Amino acid sequence: MTDSSLPGALVADAEHDVMDVLGADVAVPQPNRFSDGVKIVLRFVAVFALAMLVWELVKFIGGTPWRYTTAEGALFDFTWFPPFEFKIANDLNMPHLWDIFGALIQPAQRNGPPLVNVLAQAAVVTMAAALVGFIIGTAVGLLLGTIFAHSPLLERSLVPYVVASQTIPILAIAPMVVVWLKAGWWSVALLAAYLCFFPVTINTLRGLRSPDPRALELMKSYAATTWATLWKVRYPSALPYIFTALKIAATTSVVGAIIGELPSGIREGLGGAILNFNQYYAIVPQKLWATIIFTAIVGILFFISITLVERVMTRNMRKLES
Amino acid sequence: MSVVSISSVNKVFGKAPNQTIALQDINLAIEPGEFISLIGPSGCGKSTLLRIIGDLISPSNGVVLVNGKPAPQARENREYGIVFQAPVLFDWRTVEKNVQLPLEIMGQTPSERAARANEMLELVELTGFQKHYPYQLSGGMQQRVSIARALSFNPPLLLMDEPFGALDEITRERLNAELLAIWARTQTTIVFVTHSIPEAVFLSTRVVVMSARPGRITEIIPIDLPQPRDMATRELPRFYALVTQVREALRGGESAKG
Repeated sequence: MTDSSLPGALVADAEHDVMDVLGADVAVPQPNRFSDGVKIVLRFVAVFALAMLVWELVKFIGGTPWRYTTAEGALFDFTWFPPFEFKIANDLNMPHLWDIFGALIQPAQRNGPPLVNVLAQAAVVTMAAALVGFIIGTAVGLLLGTIFAHSPLLERSLVPYVVASQTIPILAIAPMVVVWLKAGWWSVALLAAYLCFFPVTINTLRGLRSPDPRALELMKSYAATTWATLWKVRYPSALPYIFTALKIAATTSVVGAIIGELPSGIREGLGGAILNFNQYYAIVPQKLWATIIFTAIVGILFFISITLVERVMTRNMRKLES
Repeated sequence: MSVVSISSVNKVFGKAPNQTIALQDINLAIEPGEFISLIGPSGCGKSTLLRIIGDLISPSNGVVLVNGKPAPQARENREYGIVFQAPVLFDWRTVEKNVQLPLEIMGQTPSERAARANEMLELVELTGFQKHYPYQLSGGMQQRVSIARALSFNPPLLLMDEPFGALDEITRERLNAELLAIWARTQTTIVFVTHSIPEAVFLSTRVVVMSARPGRITEIIPIDLPQPRDMATRELPRFYALVTQVREALRGGESAKG
């Protein structure tokens, strides 16, 4: 079977020169995945570096005076009095980046493991709950979206409640869930799921309604069952919509898990760490900042994983756009 | 027995007082092996009539029989294939998987499906493109895939709704000739909606001329051009005479409307 190359021999054989008319249009783009990936990473690093530069620049212009004197280590002696004084840029609100990264390698508690280890463990705890919540929320969202797509009656009667569920602050729901499920890991996952299911429901509904009406007529002409139409036309057409929702859900599941940890009394996760370091912010702000960095990393990892799955699953659909 | 038998069919869209009479008192019998073109100005209900034959919409009243059975039952029995103006291919499926789609739904085994898809792609002269994706094909090729898909389960009736309407003139004439070859090989009865007079005359055994508002059949013109037809057919004086006859029938419908 000829895959990517055009069967040149056939051109000669064909009674009608099929290729004449069509040949010009048949260009097979060769996407260079590897360099694409490298570009994305480089771009990310460049933007991150720029953000760090801006951060320190602001502090240089309007932060707390920089004092690095011989008393600290005698490597260099540097003192700088910024010309302006921005309250936002002082060392309490915007600690120096080296202080934040320095805090990561210093012990979190006296004689304890370095902060980076503590936070990595906390990130794993939070990620596990967020992941389970994400899976539950996605499953519920897909199910609800599919039901609504097939029943306008249920859609009209239930979607307002789905919307209402999202207007209730999760902080109000959290104590109820904790009382109901007992404080623990499952209540955290459920709260993450609670934030996840909404975008998935709405986008699944939208996506399942997105196919070309003629594609559905075609399925009708094959006397296809609702089930066959769902799997062979509706879900594939809905994939771009669903993945958009999954990306939103991936990041909100992390937020949901962190917020869920607070009333659940889970101290081992990032939520516990945030709560803990909040109390010491006035003395060591860099520890909270370090925790924020870890939280961001968890969200980004989640997001990237979804993007990768999406790339694999919608390979052939993306080509259409190019 | 007629392949398609339409008696006293009316189709009304909307509710009074904003009703549109899309079709009024349509009577038509299509015999096996015929190639029928429905031609008329836009809004004459020719696509509506095609959809009624395929049971994609129901008539407001009247009877539609396909192979002697009510249209809904014929649809359930998969007795027709349909081709739209747009190819309506599934972007995420390769060419062969697109052709296999109806066969999948009908529960054929993968090997049966693959064999049949190859056969169909050979019929539409797309052998070698099995693994391509729709986006890699030109409009004309995509429409051939769509035809291969419609014929894959060997339906006795093929419904085509302006299938070449979006193509350029050169591609269109080429596909016209190929469609006739496919028609001759498969012995399928074809109902073909078009707004091109030469296309209707070139392809059909009978041309059904319709007028708009309300949609009615004004005239049925038998096309007695010799078979098989080829590019030379388009040069025959008889061809021009028939084109003129269809054009005048269309104009007659227009003036009758007022």
